[in-house]
Amino acid sequence: MSATAVAPVVHTLWTTAAGPIDKIPAPHIEYTQLSPVLIVVGAAVVSVLVEAFVPRKARHHTQVFLSVLALVAAFAAVVGLAAGGYGSTKAHIAAMGAIAVDGPALFLQGVILLSAVLAVLTFAERRLDPADHGHRVDSFAAEAAAVPGSDQEKAAVKAGFTTTEVFPLTLFAVAGMLVFPAANDLLTLFIALEVFSLPLYLLCAVARRKRLMSQEAAVKYFLLGAFSSAFLLFGIALLYGYAGSVSYADIAQVVSGDVPAVDPALAQTMGNDVLLLIGFAMVLMGLLFKVGAVPFHMWTPDVYQGAPTPVTGFMAAATKVAAFGAMLRFLYVVLPGLTWDWRPVMWGVAIVTMLGGAVVAITQTDIKRLLAYSSIAHAGFILAGVIAATPTGVSSVLFYLAAYSFVTIGAFAVVTLVRDAGGEATHLSKWAGLGRRSPLVAAVFAVFLLAFAGIPLTSGFSGKFAVFKAAADGGAGALVVVGVISSAVAAFFYIRVIVLMFFSEPKADGPTVAVPSGLTSVAITAGVVVTLALGFAPQYFLDLASQASVFVR
Amino acid sequence: MDNLIALLVAAPLLGAAVLLTGGRRLDKAGHWLGTLLAAVSFVIGLVLFADMLGKSADDRTLHQTLYTWIPVEGFQADIAFQLDQLSMTFVLLITGVGTLIHVYSIGYMEHDERRRRFFGYLNLFVAAMLLLVLADNYLLLYFGWEGVGLASYLLIGFWQHKPSAATAAKKAFLVNRVGDMGLSIAIMLMFTTFGTFAFGPVLDAAAGGDASEGKLTAVALMLLLAACGKSAQVPLQSWLGDAMEGPTPVSALIHAATMVTAGVYLIVRSADIFNAAPDAQLVVTVVGAVTLLFGAIVGCAKDDIKKALAGSTMSQIGYMVLAAGLGPIGYAFAIMHLVTHGFFKAGLFLGAGSVMHGMNDEVDMRKYGGLRKYMPVTFVTFGLGYLAIIGFPGLSGFFSKDKIIEAAFAKGGTEGWILGACALLGAAITAYYMTRVMIMTFFGEKRWQPAPDPDKAASVEPGADAHPGELPHPHESPKSMTLPMILLAVGSVGAGAFFEYAGFVEWLEPVTGFEHGHSPLSAAAVTTATVVVMLLGVGVAYLQYGRRPVPAVAPRGSLLTRAARRDLLQDDFNHVVFVRGGTHLTRSLVYVDHSLVDGVVNGTAASVGGLSGRLRKLQNGYARSYAVSMFGGTAVLIAATLLMRAV
Repeated sequence: MSATAVAPVVHTLWTTAAGPIDKIPAPHIEYTQLSPVLIVVGAAVVSVLVEAFVPRKARHHTQVFLSVLALVAAFAAVVGLAAGGYGSTKAHIAAMGAIAVDGPALFLQGVILLSAVLAVLTFAERRLDPADHGHRVDSFAAEAAAVPGSDQEKAAVKAGFTTTEVFPLTLFAVAGMLVFPAANDLLTLFIALEVFSLPLYLLCAVARRKRLMSQEAAVKYFLLGAFSSAFLLFGIALLYGYAGSVSYADIAQVVSGDVPAVDPALAQTMGNDVLLLIGFAMVLMGLLFKVGAVPFHMWTPDVYQGAPTPVTGFMAAATKVAAFGAMLRFLYVVLPGLTWDWRPVMWGVAIVTMLGGAVVAITQTDIKRLLAYSSIAHAGFILAGVIAATPTGVSSVLFYLAAYSFVTIGAFAVVTLVRDAGGEATHLSKWAGLGRRSPLVAAVFAVFLLAFAGIPLTSGFSGKFAVFKAAADGGAGALVVVGVISSAVAAFFYIRVIVLMFFSEPKADGPTVAVPSGLTSVAITAGVVVTLALGFAPQYFLDLASQASVFVR
Repeated sequence: MDNLIALLVAAPLLGAAVLLTGGRRLDKAGHWLGTLLAAVSFVIGLVLFADMLGKSADDRTLHQTLYTWIPVEGFQADIAFQLDQLSMTFVLLITGVGTLIHVYSIGYMEHDERRRRFFGYLNLFVAAMLLLVLADNYLLLYFGWEGVGLASYLLIGFWQHKPSAATAAKKAFLVNRVGDMGLSIAIMLMFTTFGTFAFGPVLDAAAGGDASEGKLTAVALMLLLAACGKSAQVPLQSWLGDAMEGPTPVSALIHAATMVTAGVYLIVRSADIFNAAPDAQLVVTVVGAVTLLFGAIVGCAKDDIKKALAGSTMSQIGYMVLAAGLGPIGYAFAIMHLVTHGFFKAGLFLGAGSVMHGMNDEVDMRKYGGLRKYMPVTFVTFGLGYLAIIGFPGLSGFFSKDKIIEAAFAKGGTEGWILGACALLGAAITAYYMTRVMIMTFFGEKRWQPAPDPDKAASVEPGADAHPGELPHPHESPKSMTLPMILLAVGSVGAGAFFEYAGFVEWLEPVTGFEHGHSPLSAAAVTTATVVVMLLGVGVAYLQYGRRPVPAVAPRGSLLTRAARRDLLQDDFNHVVFVRGGTHLTRSLVYVDHSLVDGVVNGTAASVGGLSGRLRKLQNGYARSYAVSMFGGTAVLIAATLLMRAV
């Protein structure tokens, strides 16, 4: 009897304990489809362990090897997924609605990974500066935590310390960037944003030379980044209030008018268009900040100038790709029903961005600031493609981003080569006559500048042509006119640098051009090759981009 | 077999790429590599030729599409080749003569430091010329057309340290540009008329009467303009004489045997367009007839051996253009004369080069004389080329030229009589000036002069062993130079008869079409007349130069002679009409530019610059200001969004 009495009790206990657990289902994760992100995150974690356990001597090589390997493996995974049809027929939303695996996501992840590989190569460069106390030095501070000019710093330099932490930081940033354009709900978007932003703030602060400037840049970037994140987060809250969900698909449903069910807790706010519009504007502002659109661009010149140049190249290329990817998905997936509301606003932003970037760049005297303003103008051109609101608009933006990221990394890599006693010689006057002294380097830089200017037979022309064509077809003809005018203005300062390099007398105390190791050479060569390939034969890549231009919903 | 076509072009192209980028380490072997790749192309050509012969006449055209060059909606250009009987003829001529001239250049350029580069350019030329004749559409043909123009420019100006060479190269380039403009306009017209520029569809449409005669005439005249530029026909003839500044092998290959005949190729290739535009055909024949007399007259007055030959080239191409303008009765003969001319004119130029090689690079025939004893091989090969060009019965020029004269009469009507008479007159003058060259160079007394003094010596061709102040020691050239001359002489002798009896006309017929002309004069009468005028020309020249000593300094001469020495005032004409007119036009444009355009431009630039300076001040470096601007921006963004909804 006692035995029969005990058994149901145990059973009840067991079921009551098991009941609540049943209600939280184990998340369903498609590991294969998320493998690019997972590989990079895994490598980043291993990379942190490397910092802790691998002896200092071997650390640099281990980190470089690990990072490149992880990025290449992740790229291979992206290619594998795309080949497996996840970019087109099998595109769907993975990880319980959080991450989209579709054409645009895979294309942009591929671009981010490739530019990250090139960026890591420039990070690893240790032959530009002469050895310090018998230790090879790279672009990063010996000990980032040491106060600039302090005894601690001198001791660190003497001991040959290097900040190999840049590699795990980069990997974490890349992981965030991979998720950013694929994020399919607002919270994932925000988390991805923070995951890639925080490492970038740190990376900006660790320049080996001009450390105060570097730290100032990092602080500014951090402050303004946090400021814009706050806006973004607030916008997310408002959108949740409007739709009762943070999922893109749900919000889109509410926007288009077929609300499935009103959450009783949100009965007051759901479907309130004011919330939608304000929330939209705030989220958009967070994204515009990341791409550096006017008037949210003001951090760009200061940060680009202060950050270590390889980091600037990485940031300028990869961040822009990730942020534009996220913006495309946000506008095209969440707000297709709102196109007529967001287009005029974006028109305004695109126009001031194109003109502002191009006009202010004219009076710049520092090559890194010049490139920063150039990147602002380019953000404007890309926005013109975004505004098209058509599939060709998407594919043109994808192509432009791919073209632009290679040019950017290559151009900043060239900037690292031109040096004088104080490190990189970034003042434009120092570049006078560079073409006479180092014709090859000057010619390569000229190729990049021509690509920035959008001269035919470079990728810049193909990209600009694609976005302007998409914009014109999408009914934004006036925008194209402004775009062409600002291209003309922009051409002035790009060509001016070429004139300066080739037709000015070299200065007696001019900078020397450092002979890089194979690492930077590979990065620059890849930049040139891609720039010319996309200029001479853009069709294959345009086709690729247009195959990848459909968002999964 | 189709896949071999691309290799024809690829081999010399590879050579050009390797030689031009390979750097100094290739200096020792570069010329061998260049020659080898030209020869490879020739061998591939022979293989394809053998294959083609094995097929029936209608089935001989091969196609190969490499890839789509420019795929845009409504506009598609392929990198595609077409090898038919016409292209095949050119391929064999280009690669065959090309290879011989590569071999010749090994000896001729032996002492030149930049020999590797020279061979790179030669290979580039061969590749571009093959592309030109193998293209299956006009756009790709245009690519080759510009390619040979580039190679010609580089090679004319090869000795760029001589200002005359640099100027000549520039002149050739500029004059050719006028013709190239014609080709590009023709292609555009084709595209708007037919929607394509591939040979097949365009020519079928033209033959099928899909376009109005007016449009076809326009296209045909533009093609003729292009042909005039490349083939040095009046009115774009002025560059060819100066082009002789290039090394002699270049003159032989590019400016005699192959490139200058590209215009003839273009007309024959576009036969269907010209057939449907009789007015344009008439213009073609007029251009041909005028040029053949023009070149011949100029050739009579020149004392520079290469320039005399250049005049002759112009004149002979005039014959080809004339024949091409006659339509189906003349196309095949134009090409036949083109090929025989390729042999004997290349041979004559190589002979001239050999003479110069032995005479310290002297080019003035008045300073030659009696060279036959010193250069027996050159004398014999040059002599055979001479007999061929004047149309000595049995040699190759006889067959091809006789046919053209006959076809000219067969045009019918008054035109036929005038054209035929011009062609006959041309034959007489040809015999005259070529006999003059022959006698002044190889017969008579020695009129040799000491080599030029050292300051001038800097400008002589580096191939020479010049000893300033000494009399030249004429000697036979090395084997690498005489061998190609001998082979070309064989062609000069035998090609005409071979073509006549092996059925060259039937071979080309599927491509060019052929009709028998009905001449008002019988074939025998024309042949007799041709031979008679030829003998007349030879006789007059003999009386003038063979019987009397040749003065070492040219006599003043009649008005015509003086005008002919100045190329019948072609440059003066161009100067007065185009250069001066152009100068006035540009001056007035510059005035407008300075006073009006610059004002606007500089004003805009200044205001943009000022704006930039002001905007730059917003960037003050304080994070707080940046934050304010972001905040303000967001506020504006929100306001604008709400406003849009309200509106």
